[in-house]
Amino acid sequence: MSEDIKINVFRFDPETEKEGKFVEYNVPYVDGMVVLDTVRYVEEKIDPTVSIRWNCKAGKCGSCSAEINGKPSLMCKTRVDEIGKHITVAPMAAFPLIKDLVTDVSKNWEIARKIPMFTPKEGLEKPWRINPKDVERSKEFKRCIECFLCMDVCHVVREHFTPYFGPRHIVKAASWDMHPLDGLDRSKMLDVEGGMGYCNITKCCTEVCPEHIKITDNAIIQEKERAVDRQYDPIAMIIKNRRKKEKVVK
Amino acid sequence: MNNEIETVETDVLIIGAGGAGMRAAISVNDAGLKPVMVTKSLLGKAHTVMAEGGIAAALGNVDPKDNWMVHYGDIIEEGVYISNWKMAEILGKEAPERVLELEKYGALFDRTPDGRIMQRAFGAHTYRRLAHIGDRTGLELIKTLEDQVLHRNIPFYDEMYIVDLIRKGDKIIGAYGIKMDTGKTFLFKAKTVVIATGGSGRVYKVTSNSWESTGDGVGMAYRAGVKLRDMEMIQFHPTGMVYPPGVKGLLVTEGVRGEGGILLNSKGERYMLKYSPQKKELDARDVVARANYREIMEGRGTEHGGVYLDITNKGPDFIKHKLPAMYQQFLEFAGVDITKEKMEVAPTVHYMMGGIQVDAETEKTNLENLFAAGEVASGLHGANRLGGNSLADILVFGKRAGDAAVNYARSSKIEEIPAEEIEKIKSYVMHFFRDDGKNPYDLIDRLTACMSENVGIMRDEEHLQKAMEIIEGLKEEFKEVGTKGGLRYNHGLLGCLELGNMLVSCEAIATCASMRKESRGAHARSDFPKKDPAWKVNIVTYLGDDGNMVFEVKPAEEMPEEYKAYVKPEVYE
Ligand SMILES: Cc1cc2nc3c(=O)[nH]c(=O)nc-3n(C[C@H](O)[C@H](O)[C@H](O)COP(=O)(O)OP(=O)(O)OC[C@H]3O[C@@H](n4cnc5c(N)ncnc54)[C@H](O)[C@@H]3O)c2cc1C
Ligand code: SF4
Ligand code: SF4
Ligand code: FES
Repeated sequence: MSEDIKINVFRFDPETEKEGKFVEYNVPYVDGMVVLDTVRYVEEKIDPTVSIRWNCKAGKCGSCSAEINGKPSLMCKTRVDEIGKHITVAPMAAFPLIKDLVTDVSKNWEIARKIPMFTPKEGLEKPWRINPKDVERSKEFKRCIECFLCMDVCHVVREHFTPYFGPRHIVKAASWDMHPLDGLDRSKMLDVEGGMGYCNITKCCTEVCPEHIKITDNAIIQEKERAVDRQYDPIAMIIKNRRKKEKVVK
Repeated sequence: MNNEIETVETDVLIIGAGGAGMRAAISVNDAGLKPVMVTKSLLGKAHTVMAEGGIAAALGNVDPKDNWMVHYGDIIEEGVYISNWKMAEILGKEAPERVLELEKYGALFDRTPDGRIMQRAFGAHTYRRLAHIGDRTGLELIKTLEDQVLHRNIPFYDEMYIVDLIRKGDKIIGAYGIKMDTGKTFLFKAKTVVIATGGSGRVYKVTSNSWESTGDGVGMAYRAGVKLRDMEMIQFHPTGMVYPPGVKGLLVTEGVRGEGGILLNSKGERYMLKYSPQKKELDARDVVARANYREIMEGRGTEHGGVYLDITNKGPDFIKHKLPAMYQQFLEFAGVDITKEKMEVAPTVHYMMGGIQVDAETEKTNLENLFAAGEVASGLHGANRLGGNSLADILVFGKRAGDAAVNYARSSKIEEIPAEEIEKIKSYVMHFFRDDGKNPYDLIDRLTACMSENVGIMRDEEHLQKAMEIIEGLKEEFKEVGTKGGLRYNHGLLGCLELGNMLVSCEAIATCASMRKESRGAHARSDFPKKDPAWKVNIVTYLGDDGNMVFEVKPAEEMPEEYKAYVKPEVYE
C-alpha cells in the first residue's frame, strides 16, 4: 500500500455554518501510519484551519478521541493499515462540538468535582504500608487516560436528560473506593446523585476503552453491588463499616 | 474577528499545568491567595502525563544506605560539575517529602514486599531510588494533582495559549493569551507570574516529546529580557522507537533496562560490555545514547536503523506486570510482542537541561516578580539529567516557586497595563493572517530537520555553523509566514506563534553548542572530544539592547568545601 489514501474529515464551524459536512482529502501513505498522522497532514499541508486536538501522539494523554469509521477511538492509536482505505473521522457525538473534530469535554471537570477525592482512613501509621497485592485492584482504574471514549459510546450519557455521571467517573470513584487506604465509600452517592442506576450494563464502554479497563465488570457492577448493600442491608453495612472504619458519603 | 478582550486579575498567574504548574498552583491556593493556572493543552493532558519510569527520591526503602548526600553526589557527577549545587542539595533533601505528599494526595505507588514504596534502579543512580507506578508514573502524578486542583476549585483556563508576557520596569505585570476553543483573547493581570511551560523537545525532528513542547516559555521569557542558561545541553535518550515511521522517536522507558533489558547490535553482541564494563546498560544516558549511536553509525545497526533492546529472558508474566505500557505500546504501534521479540531502538531527543536561569531557593528569575520551575527552568541538571530527577524537580521546585510567588504577591499590587502594550501583542498575532503567507509547518519541518542533522548527539564546528546559517535564514523567512481562518482552534496560527518561540531556542542551542569547545555530559563534539577545565562554565544567554542574542560565559558555581565529600572529584584526562 504505497499510493495515496483518502480520508473524510468532518468539517463544521457551528459559529458560522448551519451544518457540517465530510470533506475528502488525499494523503500520501507512509508505512505504519496512524489516523492522527493523516489528519495532521491535512492540517499542516492542505488546510491549516482543520481543527483537531492532540498532544502526546503516544496513546497516553487521551486528547485525540474521535469516531473513526463510526467507532470511538484514539486517532493516534488507530493504524491506517488495520482499518482499510476508506476512512471517515468524525468528532465524539456525546459532547458539544467546538469545531471540526474538537468537542467541549469540560462538563467532565464538573462531574469530577462532585466525586469526593481520596480521603485516607483515620489514624494510619506513618509511613503507610500497603500489601503489594492490594494495590492491583485500584491500579486497573488508575490506568484511565481520560479520553472520554467510554462516555462517548454510552447511550445513557448521550441521552443528556439523565443525571448519570457516566462510566469514566464511576471508574474514578472506584479507583478511590478500591484504594486500600481510602476511608470513604462512594457507591451510595454514585447511585443517588450520580444516577448509576441508569446504566443497564450493556458493556459498550468496556469495548472501546483504549486502556482495556474492564469498566463494566470491575468498576460499575462492583459499585452497584456496594450501593445495593448500602441501601438494603443495614447489618452488612454496619459490619463492613466497623471493619473498614469507613464513612459513607451522602 | 472578535475585538473584545477579557481581563482576569490574579495574585499569581501560573503558565503551565504540568506537574510543576499544578504543584505551584496548589501552594498558592493553600496559602490563601488566588492562583490562576493556564495551559495550552486540556487540563490533565500536559507532557508530564508521558513520564514512565519513576520519580527519584532518596527514601532508602530498598537500599537503606541511600540518603540525600548520595543523591546529591549523583546529580553533580551526572551534571558533570556545572549544576547549581544548591538546587541539587534542595532536590536531594526535599524529594522524599514530595513523594510522600503525592501518596497522601492518593497516588498509589508500587510496593515492596513489606508494604513500603517500591524503588527501582535507573541509569547512574547509585542506589535503587525511583518510586514508580508501573511504567505510568507521570499519568498517576498528573491525575493525582488534577484531582487536587479540581477539588480545591483552583481557577484554570485550558487550551489557553499565552502569546507573550508584558513587562514594566523590572516586573512582569501581565500576559496576553488566546483561548483556543472560543477564539477569545485574554489579558491576565497578575502580581506575580510563574512560568512552568516545560521543554523544547519539538525543535528536533526525532523526539519523545509531546506536541506542546515547543519552548514557548523560553521564547516569551527571552523576549521579556529574562536570562537563560545551559541552552546547549539537550538530552538524548538512548532508546526511542524507530519503526514504524509514524512513531519514530516515541520513548522506550529506561525502566526496560532497569528491569534487566540488554542492548545488542545486529551481530548479536552485547556492546555495552565494551563501552561501560561496570554499569553496562545502566550507565548514564549520554554514555548509552552515544554507544547506540556509534553502533548504528559503524554499520552494526538493525534493518530500520536502530539497535536491539531485549528483555525476553524475563518471561511474559514479569514483563506484563512490570512494563505493561511498553508491552502494549509495541504490540499496538509496531506489532511487536516484546515478551517474545527484541525491540528496535535508537536515540531520541528527550529533555532540555537548559532554560530559564533561576535562584536556587526561590526559583526567581532576573526579573523581580517572575518565577520559573520545571523543565523550563535550568540549573539543577547541569550538563545531563538523571532519569527520574525531572518528576522530582517539578514537584520540589514547583512547590518552591509557588511559595516564593506567594511571598512576593503578599506585598505587591496589580498594575494597570498600558493599552499600547496590549496593542503591540495583538498586532503581532494579527499580522499572521494574510493570504500570501508561507506555511509555518514547512519552516518547522526544515528547522527540526536542521537541528537533528546539525546539532545532534555528536556535534562539530562545521555542522554547527551550518545550523546557525540555516536558522538565520529561517528567521528571515519567519517574517513571511502566515495563515488563514480565525482565532478559534487554528493550528496554522499556533504553528506561526510556536515557530517564533522555536527559533529562539534553536538559535540559543546552536550558538552555545558552537561556543562550548569541549565535550561535557550531553554535549559531545567530535572535534573536541575531551572535557576541558577551561569550560567548567555555564553559558548565559539573553536579549541584548540591540535586539541580538547576547552570550556570557560564567564559571560554574563552587560548592561549599564540606559538600565536596559527597562527590567524586572531577578528573580531566
Ligand atoms: C516519554 C517521556 C518519559 C519521561 N519519563 C520520565 C520519568 O520517568 N521520570 C522523570 O523524572 N522524568 C521523565 N520525563 C521528563 C518529564 O516528564 C518532564 O520533564 C516533566 O514532566 C516536565 O514537567 P513540567 O511541569 O515542567 O512541564 P510539562 O508537563 O511539559 O507541562 C508544560 C505545561 O505548560 C503549558 N504550556 C506550554 N506552552 C504554553 C503556552 N504558550 N501557553 C500556555 N501554556 C503553555 C502546557 O500546555 C503544559 O500544561 C519523561 C519525558 C518524556 C517525554
Ligand atoms: S455499561 Fe453502562 S456505562 Fe457502559 S455503556 Fe453501557 S450503559 Fe453506559
Ligand atoms: S475509562 Fe477507558 S475509555 Fe473511559 S476515559 Fe478512561 S481510558 Fe478512556
Ligand atoms: S494524542 Fe495523546 S492519546 Fe492520542
